[in-house]
Amino acid sequence: MSATLVRVDAVMLEARAAELAKRSIKTSAKLAGIDIAIRCTDLTTLEGKDSEGRVRSLCAKARMPRPGWSGIPSVAAVCVYPNLVAVAKEALGGSGVKIASVATAFPSGLVDLDVKLADTAQAIAAGADEIDMVIDRGALLAGRDRLVADEIAAIKRLCGDVHLKVILETGELGSYEMTRRASDLALEAGADFIKSSTGKVGTNATFPTALLMCEALRDFYRKTGQRRGLKLAGGIRTTKQALTYLVIVNETLGNAWLQPDLFRLGASSLLDDLLMQFEKERTGHYAGADYIPKD
Amino acid sequence: MTAFTYAPAPERVRPRLRERYGLFIGGRWTAPEDDRFMETINPADETRIADVAYGSTADVDRAVRAARKGYERWSALKPADRAKYVYRIARTITERSRELAVLESLDGGKPIRESRDFDVPASAAHFFYHAGWADKLEWAIRGGASPQPIGVCGQIVPWNFPLLMAAWKMAPALACGNAVVLKPAETTPLTALALAEIIAQADLPPGVVNVVTGDGATGAALVDHAGVDKIAFTGSTEVGKRIARSTAGSGKRLTLELGGKAANVIFADAPMDQAVEGIVQGIYFNQGHVCCAGSRLLVEESVHDEVVDRLTNRIRTLRLGDPLDKNTDIGAINSRVQLDKIRELVHSGIEQGATLVQAECELPARGFFFPASFFTNVHPSHRIAREEIFGPVLSIMTFRTPDEAIEKANNTPYGLSAGVWAAEGSKNMWVAQHLRAGVVWCNTFNKFDPSSPFGGYKESGFGREGGVHGLHEYLTLA
Repeated sequence: MSATLVRVDAVMLEARAAELAKRSIKTSAKLAGIDIAIRCTDLTTLEGKDSEGRVRSLCAKARMPRPGWSGIPSVAAVCVYPNLVAVAKEALGGSGVKIASVATAFPSGLVDLDVKLADTAQAIAAGADEIDMVIDRGALLAGRDRLVADEIAAIKRLCGDVHLKVILETGELGSYEMTRRASDLALEAGADFIKSSTGKVGTNATFPTALLMCEALRDFYRKTGQRRGLKLAGGIRTTKQALTYLVIVNETLGNAWLQPDLFRLGASSLLDDLLMQFEKERTGHYAGADYIPKD
Repeated sequence: MTAFTYAPAPERVRPRLRERYGLFIGGRWTAPEDDRFMETINPADETRIADVAYGSTADVDRAVRAARKGYERWSALKPADRAKYVYRIARTITERSRELAVLESLDGGKPIRESRDFDVPASAAHFFYHAGWADKLEWAIRGGASPQPIGVCGQIVPWNFPLLMAAWKMAPALACGNAVVLKPAETTPLTALALAEIIAQADLPPGVVNVVTGDGATGAALVDHAGVDKIAFTGSTEVGKRIARSTAGSGKRLTLELGGKAANVIFADAPMDQAVEGIVQGIYFNQGHVCCAGSRLLVEESVHDEVVDRLTNRIRTLRLGDPLDKNTDIGAINSRVQLDKIRELVHSGIEQGATLVQAECELPARGFFFPASFFTNVHPSHRIAREEIFGPVLSIMTFRTPDEAIEKANNTPYGLSAGVWAAEGSKNMWVAQHLRAGVVWCNTFNKFDPSSPFGGYKESGFGREGGVHGLHEYLTLA
């Protein structure tokens, strides 16, 4: 399988992204944006030192981000490593919050396919609703598109109804053109979502990358009539960043994409800032960081 | 699910405005000799903003005389000291940037996003750039000749970029040691008057810069004045031709930056999403009131439908409305006269058989607005393919080979700018070489820098503004 090469020019792509980043999102638009951003958050912990206790407290926050404040929705999902899925499953029971698990030897993906499949199968068996897999960037850069696509297709077959997010790790792809190529390839291979980053390399989600991935999703939709999702992850810490991502999605894909089935923000500390800004918008003054529960 | 719609985000800063503006002559604000004033209005709601003096022939004469005196002091200054003044103007523009941006949008109708992010910073950049040249002019000239100022420069600027065009003209003139009489456009005098305040704030010697507001007759009086050594004009080709006739044989130096009907050429291998952005930037920037606008789109036949499809979708997201709203992409048309002209040409396009596509959007009840539009099925003989519309209206035509693209692109009396979009570098270069236009942008559009010369071929004028080339237009070689 090989996607047609779509040309991308960095200068105008970045200029357009910068233009969208200048949208002024205030008052009612800001409140609506914060609400959407919370509903679309994958509250994430992916550290070597993660423990069951840590995951339980994260899950409690995912269900009810700020007890005592009305009108705060639950987040979309909690995202953890495979061996913590069972813990999350128990903690989230009945809440409607989904469990996402990274898999396929996250974050490098440099193991054989059978190990990737086993990793994925374990996460699904433990109760994952969503799988965040990584692609083999080395193979893609070496021009072995087929291998990359076949792996995605194999994992998707295993996933069945379990939602598959395919992490492109754009920070390692070296060019916008390669990011576009990876997006097209993943969509054709059956990804339910394309996801920008693992959060584990120097460059994570950026505005131009998000715009570029939206363009790939839009073109895929126009070609096939299928709406596939976008997940942006890594380095998203502020409400302002989150709102800019919403603007990019809104003006490239449309309002229909701004819901958890089609859009996610993978983040850990972002939720705290969203809560603070929500309260600021509602009451006119900032709640101190100490009024926001740490997970 | 919550809908994500943008709330109004108006720029709230209001500039200091006077009820009534006089003429800035000899470093002072003076009343016009005839005591005549004209209104300047906000094109977004048709309300009066202020009264502005109407400069008569007698006022122009006073201004030119004041400029002659100013010139004597200014040209005798040490160049490094001139640089300090020009630098001070640049800094003051930066300091007052927000106020200037609002003023520009109020008076001219352009979106605050553009006046804030383009007009005002680019204006400051021109003064900064030229401040650096003031004491290095020998190095701008080849062959060791000694560069000298020309004298009194009459500068007539248009309404599409009122402050920026004033900066383009004034900054090099001052850096080279000339004095200036500036005539702003009739519909957009306010930022030029604010610039006069800034000149006063910067403490330039009296008469070095004079600002005389008025209409075409005021401009004609300036062009015809015997005390003027050079005329620099940006505006319509029609007026430019008149100026060329009346200055002929007078010994006055002349530079003209006139109309355009630029070709924006899209090849099949172009980065398509970015090319669509380039099309939007090329024709909808400043409501299409841009002399170098990419108003003729030439698309390789095999990708015509795809480009039209993408563009149709893209213009749906353009936000038309209050120029002072920070999320507005398309503001008000500058004047009723211009709106009528756009409507008339669009009507001719429909009459002659082209297909009109317009963004569906509600136009504000008051003010002068026109939606983002383009025509398909345009033939080179249509008026909309030949005449400058100077509005948010694009004419789309096709070509099959690079030779045909060049032939069609150059088939115009104008030659100000052009764009080419192709992934292949050698094709970009080949096309750029063969386009007869003063500026050719490759895989981008409407990029400007004070160090880069700007100017036209053919009926788009002559002379260059910006860069080393622009300095030559304000110097004589002794």
